[in-house]
Amino acid sequence: MSNVTMKVNGKPVSGDVEGRTLLVDFLRGPLGLTGTHVGCDTSQCGACVVHVNGEAVKACAMFALEAEGAEVRTIEGMAEADGSLGTIQAAFQEHHGLQCGFCTPGMVMSAAALLKDNPKPSEAEIREYLEGNICRCTGYHNIVKAILAASGQDVPAIAAE
Amino acid sequence: MPKDHGIGASTKRREDVRFLTGKGRYTDDININGQAYAWFVRSDVAHGTLNGVDTADAAAMPGVLRIFTGADFEAVGGIPCGWQVTDRKGEVMLEPRHPVLAHGKVRHVGDPIAVVVAETLEQARDAAEAVVPDITELEPVLDMKAAVQGGPLVHDEIGSNLCYDWGFVEENKEAVDAAIKGAHHVTTLELVNNRLIANPMEPRVAVGDYAQHDDSSTLYTTSQNPHVIRLLMGAFVLGIPEHKLRVVAPDVGGGFGTKIFHYAEEAFVTFAAKELKRAVKWTATRSEAFISDAHGRDHVTKIELALDADGHFLALRTDTYANMGAYLSTFAPSVPTWLHGTLMAGNYKTPLIYVNVKAVFTNTVPVDAYRGAGRPEATFQLERVIDKAAREMGVDPIELRRKNFITEFPYATPVAVEYDTGDYHATMDKLLEIADVAGFDARLAKSKANGKLRGLGMNCYIEACGIAPSNLVGQLGARAGLYESATVRVNATGGLVVMTGSHSHGQGHETSFPQVIAEMIGIDENMVEIVHGDTANTPMGMGTYGSRSLAVGGSAMVRATEKIIAKAKKIAAHILEASDADIELKDGSFTVAGTDKSLAWGDVCLAAYVPHNYPLADLEPGLEETAFYDPANFTYPSGAYACEVEVDPETGKVTIERFAAADDFGNIVNPMIVDGQVHGGIAQGIGQALMEGASYDEAGQLVSGSYMDYTMPRADDLPFYTVDHSCQTPCTHNPLGVKGCGEAGAIGSPPSVVNAVVDALQRAGHTNVTHIDMPLSPARVWAAMQG
Repeated sequence: MSNVTMKVNGKPVSGDVEGRTLLVDFLRGPLGLTGTHVGCDTSQCGACVVHVNGEAVKACAMFALEAEGAEVRTIEGMAEADGSLGTIQAAFQEHHGLQCGFCTPGMVMSAAALLKDNPKPSEAEIREYLEGNICRCTGYHNIVKAILAASGQDVPAIAAE
Repeated sequence: MPKDHGIGASTKRREDVRFLTGKGRYTDDININGQAYAWFVRSDVAHGTLNGVDTADAAAMPGVLRIFTGADFEAVGGIPCGWQVTDRKGEVMLEPRHPVLAHGKVRHVGDPIAVVVAETLEQARDAAEAVVPDITELEPVLDMKAAVQGGPLVHDEIGSNLCYDWGFVEENKEAVDAAIKGAHHVTTLELVNNRLIANPMEPRVAVGDYAQHDDSSTLYTTSQNPHVIRLLMGAFVLGIPEHKLRVVAPDVGGGFGTKIFHYAEEAFVTFAAKELKRAVKWTATRSEAFISDAHGRDHVTKIELALDADGHFLALRTDTYANMGAYLSTFAPSVPTWLHGTLMAGNYKTPLIYVNVKAVFTNTVPVDAYRGAGRPEATFQLERVIDKAAREMGVDPIELRRKNFITEFPYATPVAVEYDTGDYHATMDKLLEIADVAGFDARLAKSKANGKLRGLGMNCYIEACGIAPSNLVGQLGARAGLYESATVRVNATGGLVVMTGSHSHGQGHETSFPQVIAEMIGIDENMVEIVHGDTANTPMGMGTYGSRSLAVGGSAMVRATEKIIAKAKKIAAHILEASDADIELKDGSFTVAGTDKSLAWGDVCLAAYVPHNYPLADLEPGLEETAFYDPANFTYPSGAYACEVEVDPETGKVTIERFAAADDFGNIVNPMIVDGQVHGGIAQGIGQALMEGASYDEAGQLVSGSYMDYTMPRADDLPFYTVDHSCQTPCTHNPLGVKGCGEAGAIGSPPSVVNAVVDALQRAGHTNVTHIDMPLSPARVWAAMQG
């Protein structure tokens, strides 16, 4: 076992982990941050996407020890300071961009990473960026709409094209 | 103006807030003090004699508490099957034992052999690698036709791989044969309905707990129907009475059918927790899900449609092999029979129909219901053969459909069901409008200019939801009732808690159910809370599948609320010193007709629990009512779908350019949620048509066993869809007039995709291409173009 220390959602945390412990298991287990989900074991589904030092990372594809000293942000850290939904979260609710909710944390974290790099993505850019996030419920229609809306674009006009 | 609350409003989902902030509570999020971890050792061969399991080395490894094998489960029951089909000769299906852990034989890759329970997950996993099963490999049987023609036996003790040979309607067989023989035209099509894996994004999880102080067991599980699991596991497997067994299905991350069934892992953790006197947790890996979740579809069919010279359908005959896999999953026998044969009339007046289904055991994962369950298989065959017939007879495929539409309701089909309502011309008219079929030629020209082939495919569908009534399905072999329940508890301060037997795993019941109740009473939706998913605090219910929640569960809720209102009116009448019959409830206020006397909803609720001024001699205090609703019939949603594809002639790659769906779901409670259900269903149907396919190699290895190999649609594989549900013929036999919308998209979309690809190829001169089996991968489409 080795000790690992990092900042998660702004708070310093540390714990003892095995070398093989994945970041996602450290978040979900010792830290109790169960909003980050595990949907596969081949780094395909994206339910576990978090931000590590500002970059979107699949937390199942990184060891906890690799995040030593990192700033990690999870879905639990995405709401506004007063607890209300952030812009992307609110757009997902407004546009029914989630059903069972299981892929949702990863979708929101991926969407946030996309909009940071590309504040006004086209429909095609959104779809391409989400290639690493699988949703089985929504058929992606309302997820794409939600991200367009979160970026301040005219959703009905784009969806009608 | 669209409504902003109540029935018909697109109320935003209240459950979203917890899901969007990481506060959902899924089964894997549940950890119990002192819990141990289970890791399953599974067969890596498809068929073999299990001579023994060497656990000695593993048992000595750090943290190992106990290793269980099949021998530990000899004294308990097998995993039960919930539906018994009777065959053509009046004999019941073959029903081999399905042990919790394999004993004597392994029958598919993934068949559980042993389970290591250890202090930590890592210790359990490490020790599992040291468990050595002694297996003598046997030749597997994988092909269904070979399986019934003398192939190796999956279950030696039953002497055959043929589970049943079902004929429907058997009395029609000779007349159907004669009509086909004498017909002007017969179109024949052989097709495969590809084997699918449901893949809800949340893998299955089961946590067993045992309380020594009262000898009770609790199972937390990823289930669509916790009461069904409690009954099946308690009564048939472990012998735990229902009053000592609680099953909780908290937030569940999608189901699509595969979380209906009772699985060995659920029985295992419940059993092991009692043995070890501590909680035991099992979480499937995705790889494990691929070889242990029940698969779906997997039919091989020959269909023949007989027509007269004018294109009227005369008779339909189908011959289907349906894969059951290695064991009978919970509702597997019902899927190719009563959920498939009864739908073969589709939207059409075909007077004579005969369906033959041979259900077959093979050395593969069990196959059971997946979104649509039997109805997509029926729709695909029918809508493909109609398209082929139109092409052969040189008539327009839409006109051929219209000519044969059922137009008068109620309509009794020759396959034992009676449609209550529908308007198939209306949904077809709506489809032509929203799909902009008139603009197709211009889009075709544009595709051609870009070097692409373009095709347009359309089809109709009918679905049967809310399977019922119980006394009928009992005659058909169901070993369960198919009602739904609701308890409505009004609190003293006027808020309501509705305890429903329905289960929400993405459908948004916590939002849509209150819309109904709030409208009935005339109060704010936020005064109504929905409780579901826990046998300890909900009445016996059958759960959610078959698009039944609103049609059956919602109806139970309405009935219970009607009882509440009736009692509340009596209380109001007493306080207002009026007769019961003169009391009206509107906008949350009780009034005496023709007067200005009124009483607020909250005042009556308070009076029910503080009964000072109350008719105690005639009426019990309190305001809580339960209803069980058993529908008189199925509901019959219907619709028409259109797909436009482009095909790359160089690679065979198909892209979905446009997709439109015109559905008739009867009345709609929350249009936003209904749209979302249709979107998701369409995506799964497109997935089946273009990408998805569970594939076994000759040794019985599942070669599509991960997301690297089993191709599910991603965001960039799909377009925006155009959906419409403005055509509404309300159901006549439930109080809400609703029909159900959960499966329609998955049922209605595959034929239109395949019809569109065939159309594209035909337009490009590949006139010999009349069918391509799903999934229409680039390789298959390219090969078809070379032929």
